Amino acid sequence: MLTPAVLVRPATHTDAETPATKAEAKDLSFYYGGFQALKNISMILHEKKVTALIGPSGCGKSTFLRCFNRMHDLYPGNRYEGEIRFHPDDTNLLGRDVDPIEVRMRISMVFQKPNPFPKSIFENVAYGLRVRGLRSRRAIEEKVEQALRRAALWDEAKDRLQDLAFNLSGGQQQRLCIARALATDPEILLFDEPTSALDPIATTSIEELIHNLKDKVTILIVTHNMQQAARVSDYTAYMYLGELVEFGVTDEIFIKPRKKETEDYITGRFG
Amino acid sequence: MEHPNLAAIRNLIARHKRWDAAFAVFGLLCLMIGVLTFVSLFTEMAVNGAARLDWDFFTNYPSRRASQAGILSAWVGSTLVMLVTAVVAVPLGVASAVYLEEYAPKNWMTDIIEINITNLAGVPSIVYGLLALGLFVYQFGLGQSILSAGLTLALLILPVVIVATREAMRSIPQHIREGAYALGATQWQTVKDHLLPYSSPGILTGVIIGMARAIGETAPIITIGALTFIAFLPPSPVSADPPYLSFEWLMSPFTVMPIQMFNWTSRPEAAFQSNAAAAGFVLVFMTLAMNGLAIWLRYRLRKNIKW
Repeated sequence: MLTPAVLVRPATHTDAETPATKAEAKDLSFYYGGFQALKNISMILHEKKVTALIGPSGCGKSTFLRCFNRMHDLYPGNRYEGEIRFHPDDTNLLGRDVDPIEVRMRISMVFQKPNPFPKSIFENVAYGLRVRGLRSRRAIEEKVEQALRRAALWDEAKDRLQDLAFNLSGGQQQRLCIARALATDPEILLFDEPTSALDPIATTSIEELIHNLKDKVTILIVTHNMQQAARVSDYTAYMYLGELVEFGVTDEIFIKPRKKETEDYITGRFG
Repeated sequence: MEHPNLAAIRNLIARHKRWDAAFAVFGLLCLMIGVLTFVSLFTEMAVNGAARLDWDFFTNYPSRRASQAGILSAWVGSTLVMLVTAVVAVPLGVASAVYLEEYAPKNWMTDIIEINITNLAGVPSIVYGLLALGLFVYQFGLGQSILSAGLTLALLILPVVIVATREAMRSIPQHIREGAYALGATQWQTVKDHLLPYSSPGILTGVIIGMARAIGETAPIITIGALTFIAFLPPSPVSADPPYLSFEWLMSPFTVMPIQMFNWTSRPEAAFQSNAAAAGFVLVFMTLAMNGLAIWLRYRLRKNIKW
């Protein structure tokens, strides 16, 4: 039997300072038409930390992630209940008065499959800046270089910025998508199973990248790969059937989970 | 070491393969009926018209003397009518398709509109001619002009343009849209920066195939009252004096290639039949050229886009 999801603060966290809260889901439920995909989820995203969402497929982890940039608003029949408080300004990301476009301008996303636009490498990274009305060529060039450097793609791409993005390898394309998401200085970066379409070497480079990025940005990552969650994240949330079963510091979740369900999943006895 | 049943199996396969061969022959025959019919028609037109296919044929007005008659007014008329058709049909069709595909809510209203658009593509062209006669020629007072003809043909190919645009937009994977929206793009930014550029090969192909159909249309053009014998050109759209551009030609009477052909084929004199064949050759060549252009453009533009 599943117990109702409760907000489990990382109370046993041994560090002296508890990191600031970047966002907080409060009693969040989500419906695809009549189907309830998320059930009363309450959870904190800590600032400049990596939080991983794990759980068997269909448990709602991607659905939860896509609430943060209001991706569900693109399709009719979707409905949110509850709120996601976004700090420092305490905006409710799911509020009816909050424009999803404003949310997406502050929170970027990297998708499961690399999805570069059929444009040049440069234009891919520059697109978010253009959407924000940046016109100055110099400023755009500077930002593009900075984003490509932060996505560890600059050295490979600097001599072929005008090449089509499709000419890059799969791993490079995904790093390009990360650069594209970083170019606009997002406050949170969402990753939806970013390495599931990549080979092991490309996966390692993306994981390293995520590790290096967390000094600058708050990261929420969905992964079906538990080792990946253990490697890259500071906090881990285990979800099952739309509920948050357990949430805590990654080491604790993996070493001594409080709940039996979590332990069964992590030890591979289930899922 | 031979398997005891191997001979039987080989026998069976050989018998089954006879059907392969039989169908290959049958299919080839069916294909040849279509291809040979077209080739022989085209060759006959080329042979019959060859004598008339010279420079004068393109620069002469129609005449009572078959040997001096040309298609100047017809090809100029066709070109100008096509210009109006494209200028009207492309923005109307593309905008409608973008709205239906990206903006319109999916409900029974849009379903009905969608079904109707598909059906419109099958409406006989003469019906469009009758509609245009009542609406453009009389109601709007546009007369039997190039403008009326262009608007009529634009209506005729509008469903083709809409359907082609929608298909092209639908073939763009959803994750490309999501990628744009996730960066904070509005719907319009997504459409203008991504969906329209990426669907342009499909849109162009649809437009050109629609135009290739329109250029051969005779019935609706006759219905709105195009002249069958016309020995002058519409006023030039460009002039040497300010304001340089003139739109008088839009209201000018005109004829088009298929009507010129029709006119010649209905003459009793054999000499005019060669003229008709030559004009037919030119018309088919124009259509093939447009289709060729569509294929080439699609190839060129699609090279950069692969999902």
